[in-house]
Amino acid sequence: MVETMLQVSLTLFGVAIVIALYRIVFGPSLPDRVIALDMIGVNLITAIAIVSVILNTKAFLEVILILGVLAFISTIAFSKFIEKGGVIIERKRDD
Amino acid sequence: MSVNEMIEFIAALLILVGSIMAVISAIGIIRFQDVYSRSHAATKSSTLAVSLTLSGVFIYFLVTESFFSVRLIMGIVFVFLTSPVSGHLITRAAYRSGVKMTDATLEDELADVIWKKEHQVDETKEDTNDSSSNRNEVLE
Repeated sequence: MVETMLQVSLTLFGVAIVIALYRIVFGPSLPDRVIALDMIGVNLITAIAIVSVILNTKAFLEVILILGVLAFISTIAFSKFIEKGGVIIERKRDD
Repeated sequence: MSVNEMIEFIAALLILVGSIMAVISAIGIIRFQDVYSRSHAATKSSTLAVSLTLSGVFIYFLVTESFFSVRLIMGIVFVFLTSPVSGHLITRAAYRSGVKMTDATLEDELADVIWKKEHQVDETKEDTNDSSSNRNEVLE
């Protein structure tokens, strides 16, 4: 019973990632794609947690923290790039 | 059915509800009209999904192996803190870079504020001819 519920929820997270992938490929603007990428990162965190429950191991729990930090930093860098045209060095944009 | 099995079942139920929330937020991502409502769907319900699922995993490890995982708690707190911040920043960048709203938008009050601020900065620019500091004022 518990095993089936865990596998069903892992499948549902896979469905959510595939739907977000559609938005990354066909998204009309760059912020759409960044939002969908952020959502994929967050869903990947939870999928890894469920995998570690199914495999009955504690080895994957460090990956959760690393992925959370990476998703946050990448979203911040992308938003700074979209807004100001550069991540570390500021460039002037034409518009 | 012992107490441990019942708590284990509750943890699995939390994980299942979290995955259903994730699918709902994914449906919101493909169904909404523009970037701003899509970020509404992506950040809020994803935060709820992650909190529910990681709480379920935490309870599961606490019951079955009596393992108090500090990393899972740190993961929950981190996602809970950073997901609204990143959603706000990406929406702000989208607005500042001029992504169009949907046609169903009734009113845009932020446009008046930003336009008035840039207008004032333009007036001071004509007075002082110092463009770099004014540009920083606009961006901040």
